[in-house]
Amino acid sequence: MKDYLLQLADNALILGHRLGEWCGHAPEMELDIALTNIALDLTGQARSLYQRIAELEGLGPNGASKDEDDYAYLRDAWEFRNSLLVEQPNGDFAHTIVRQFIFDSYHYYMCQALTQSTDEWLAGYAAKSLKEITYHLRFSSEWMLRLGDGTEVSHAKMQAAIEDLWTFSGELSTPNEVEKNMASQGIGVDLTKIKPAIEAKWPKCSPPQTSRPPLVHGCNRAERTATTLNTWVSSSQKCSSCSGPTQDRSGEH
Amino acid sequence: MTSLNFETIFQSKIDDETKIEPKDWMPDAYRKTLIRQISQHAHSEIVGMLPEGNWITRAPSLRRKLILLAKVQDEAGHGLYLYSAAETLGADRDDLVQQLLTGKAKYSSIFNYPTLNWADIGAIGWLVDGAAIMNQVMLTRTSYGPYARAMVRICKEESFHQRQGYEIMIAMAKGSPEQKAMAQDSLNRWWWPSLMMFGPSDSESTHSDQALKWKIKRKSNDELRQQFVDVTVPQAEYLGLTVPDPALHWNEARDHYDFGEINWDEFWSVVKGNGPCNRQRLQARVKAYEDGAWVRDAAIAYAEKKEQRKLAPEAAVKAA
Repeated sequence: MKDYLLQLADNALILGHRLGEWCGHAPEMELDIALTNIALDLTGQARSLYQRIAELEGLGPNGASKDEDDYAYLRDAWEFRNSLLVEQPNGDFAHTIVRQFIFDSYHYYMCQALTQSTDEWLAGYAAKSLKEITYHLRFSSEWMLRLGDGTEVSHAKMQAAIEDLWTFSGELSTPNEVEKNMASQGIGVDLTKIKPAIEAKWPKCSPPQTSRPPLVHGCNRAERTATTLNTWVSSSQKCSSCSGPTQDRSGEH
Repeated sequence: MTSLNFETIFQSKIDDETKIEPKDWMPDAYRKTLIRQISQHAHSEIVGMLPEGNWITRAPSLRRKLILLAKVQDEAGHGLYLYSAAETLGADRDDLVQQLLTGKAKYSSIFNYPTLNWADIGAIGWLVDGAAIMNQVMLTRTSYGPYARAMVRICKEESFHQRQGYEIMIAMAKGSPEQKAMAQDSLNRWWWPSLMMFGPSDSESTHSDQALKWKIKRKSNDELRQQFVDVTVPQAEYLGLTVPDPALHWNEARDHYDFGEINWDEFWSVVKGNGPCNRQRLQARVKAYEDGAWVRDAAIAYAEKKEQRKLAPEAAVKAA
């Protein structure tokens, strides 16, 4: 249980930390406010989770209990359990938005499923956080479309960001031992069940037909039609546009 | 009616404490003074995010980190209200921002000082926000309606900032000897620049007389500075910290603190761009603006495309 909560908490803490780095440097004042809002929500979620872990751990051998800051500040780098995606540097705004969108779409469906947890505390935590995450996903989805379908320049930057970050998306929806264990007890979320929902969200936020679809795996852009737009999010080994193998992300096949 | 009559009516409104509203006639100089003052204030909020933002990733606890994030976010919000207030006078936010980025417009010099240790975040809340509040409480009664109303909201948030800053100072000053030393170091560095925030002394201030007559300001720079010293010195005493001014003492006859002479050479030097961080602050703003240009362009292009699709959905599909 503790390891499961740590994974959730560390994801929120680290992404919130990254977003906090934008504060004062965003492309527009309104975006400063929006990114800070998300950072505040995520850091707040991390606090709740760390506090819960401390409560579950109870008193240590020294007779004292830990507090939230012990987890956030007094662990070494290798003890963090966050996914690799959230610790990726901010990069340009396109990288920040793509990272956010990939995380939010996982976070939203994960949290929605977590409201059904048999653990009362977790279910309550999820219900509360889901309201915040719903806003995060709306924000990042809107910016995916705006930048993906804005100008040639913004489209190219989004394309580059997707190519850089996509590789980290699989980790979020692939259960590890801790997640499998928690899911089997009905406490945690069965990620295999929510994976289709997450992936269904992705093409909705790819740029519409007027611009080139982002390409994640190698396939011939010229062969693509608007209806196969969702191939860019497919993490399967086959390209749904041409059914070719797609292991090579950059090259043609 | 001649413009002289307009001016008489305008001044009599001000004398009667009637707020001037955006559509009312006002002298050009009144409008210009307000645009300059409100936009400088807005720029100060935005530049002011930088020295504090510097500590968001290094805040010593999650609670402090959340408070600091929220505070810096409030400052962005204040910047936005103030640019909006300036826009009611016919100014354009983009033009005002350009004036900041090209160095044509000023912002509060206090933000050209660096934040070197965590106690600086406390000192900024306590002293810098404390000094700003002296000015801003006065401005809630300023003669221009939109500015006065923006100030009411800003003051509420600022007084929260001031309290959280003082709370950090209490924690540091009552903490370990190292923490107390940091708090003292911070007070040493921020005290004089905070007194400078009220601007030149009344005998030197070029804008003061007219601003008082128009009730843009209601107190002179020196009056506000005195008020700040009188309020703040007992707070420093409570913390057990020493105000770095050997001339500071209570003057029974005046019922005020006497304090030493401000280093006006330093004041003018920082105003002219030679403070410790003037270059870094402006560079950071210019970088954010330039790096963000493609994002703003894309947002505009997207909004236009969306509008076109709404107007002619079939044509948009065909074009695709």
